[in-house]
Amino acid sequence: MNGANRTATAAAQRSVRDALTGRQHRSITATVFMVFIMASTAVGLIALAVLLFTVLQDGLPYLDPVLFENGPSMDPNIAGARPAIMASILMAVVLVATALPVAIGTAVYLEEFAPKDRWWIRLIELNIQNLAAIPSIIFGILGLAFLVRGIGLGPVLLAGALILGLQMLPTVIIATREALRAVPDTVRQGGMALGATRLQVVRREVLPAAIPGIATGSILGLSRAIGETAPLLMVGAATFVSFNPGLLTQYTVLPILIYQWIRLPQEAFQGLAAAAIIVLLAILISMNGVAIWMRNRFERKW
Amino acid sequence: MATRKTLMTILAIGGIGAALAACGGGRSGDTTAASTAADADTSLSGSIVIDGSSTVAPLATLTAERFKSTAPNVNVTVGTSGTGGGIEKFCNGETDVATASRAIKDEEKAICDEKQVTFKELLVANDGIALVANKENTWATCLTTDQLAIIWGPDSKATSWKDVDPSFPDEALKLYGPGTDSGTFDFFTKAINGEEGASRTDYSPSEDDNVTIKGVEGEKGGLGYFGLSYYEQNKDKLSLVQVDGGSGCVAPDVTTVQDGTYAPLSRPLYMYIADAAAKRPEVAAFANFYVENEPTLTVDSLFVPLSTEQAATMKAEAEALAG
Repeated sequence: MNGANRTATAAAQRSVRDALTGRQHRSITATVFMVFIMASTAVGLIALAVLLFTVLQDGLPYLDPVLFENGPSMDPNIAGARPAIMASILMAVVLVATALPVAIGTAVYLEEFAPKDRWWIRLIELNIQNLAAIPSIIFGILGLAFLVRGIGLGPVLLAGALILGLQMLPTVIIATREALRAVPDTVRQGGMALGATRLQVVRREVLPAAIPGIATGSILGLSRAIGETAPLLMVGAATFVSFNPGLLTQYTVLPILIYQWIRLPQEAFQGLAAAAIIVLLAILISMNGVAIWMRNRFERKW
Repeated sequence: MATRKTLMTILAIGGIGAALAACGGGRSGDTTAASTAADADTSLSGSIVIDGSSTVAPLATLTAERFKSTAPNVNVTVGTSGTGGGIEKFCNGETDVATASRAIKDEEKAICDEKQVTFKELLVANDGIALVANKENTWATCLTTDQLAIIWGPDSKATSWKDVDPSFPDEALKLYGPGTDSGTFDFFTKAINGEEGASRTDYSPSEDDNVTIKGVEGEKGGLGYFGLSYYEQNKDKLSLVQVDGGSGCVAPDVTTVQDGTYAPLSRPLYMYIADAAAKRPEVAAFANFYVENEPTLTVDSLFVPLSTEQAATMKAEAEALAG
């Protein structure tokens, strides 16, 4: 590469950068727009920072081993969140084992195999989109009527997990379909041109390529489910549980415990609630960490 | 790239955390859990499902917690579906005990009858609503129920204390109270405005009574209401307003709430225990445990204990359960 060429490239890069940052020729509209989008970002970031700061300030003094070892108590000195933490984690595991395969399977079928022009496929698609907009309490009512009372599962953790799973289905299905759609058709065509069957193409090429998007969508759904309170109260999650939860026992989860603690008059419980929020955040961040790891591990560029 | 940024974020949060942790604070007392009582009955097992009023929840929870130390193998859970929700589940045979901040209604009884769920009603504690004003409020030491209705009525236009009584100063009236989901809100509106849920809406509602405390504490013209227990925890921050229900000013305290002279803002709290459930030894033991320990349980959960007669009635009902 000769010198003149390099100068030309640098100049081109500079002009592109200037256009992007709007250093030159910036119109008033562009300035206003710039200020608007930066302010929008700032609103979210500042709110998050304030939230994190106050929660950490209130909660960290209470983030001690007792919180992880003890069950709940009306005495703030010995109150802990062990059963709730265990139930929240168990719930996440059940969701990953039940809702995710169903959601991803549905999305793969609808996107890769289903005959797109059939009316019943369109009906299913429309319903999935509608399901995503249904308030969570409605899922709670469904769970109460169908799972807890209808088939007599009772107010157990499995019933709560299944209903949360149902609630996260549309989110994950829609995200997974978007991820699958982002895989270029040339990949499928290339695979089939080499004699692979449709199933082989999906399994070996399309799915691995879509994993980053699927992981992000799954985490979005899972995070929302783990932070959910209303439908669980509806399906009979208790607020005071002092024993370790199992799939078929009564249970309480972190968000319910937090809600319960915040309502208590003693000031120490406000701190304990903040500490429980930190634990919930840590669980969510580690789940996000897994998603980010998967995204980086499987990311491909065409 | 993404990983490094995430790592940085986590490190940054951790950094803030470490800085804040240095502030100290936290638990102040003995953090060793209450050990299992010496006379613990390990032969009892099974589970007890309690659900109902969020007002009664602290009492039910404390009872469950202490019962656990005498019967470590019994799993007690307490839910807070609200009085109505709790009774609905109870009559559907889903729970063993329903807690309630009011007596069961006739139509609810009818549903219980229909499902052949028979039960005993135990009056387990007394509750009083405390009216609180700012420490600097020297004029409103006692308010009549009529004045309270002027302040809290659904059509109330009172914006200044002067609107309540001409002798009061022209200080802006800042109102705080529980949100509409609260049992305390239902009770207060029924007692003061004659209809459950009838209240002016331009006050600062919060399900978190600490918000009410902070609000009233910070406003000279502040006025709020919540359970007496909240006042007792925060005595130093607020001043108590006496209530005149037609027969003179009465301040809420143990005797006036027990005998109902602190009218109309005192009420009894209930636990309903299913006869079928009481046949199980763990449920019977739980009922007995409550009867025996009622005075400490009520006081420790910041309610007003039962009077001698109330306690005797409860004991009789509990014995009828076993029989």
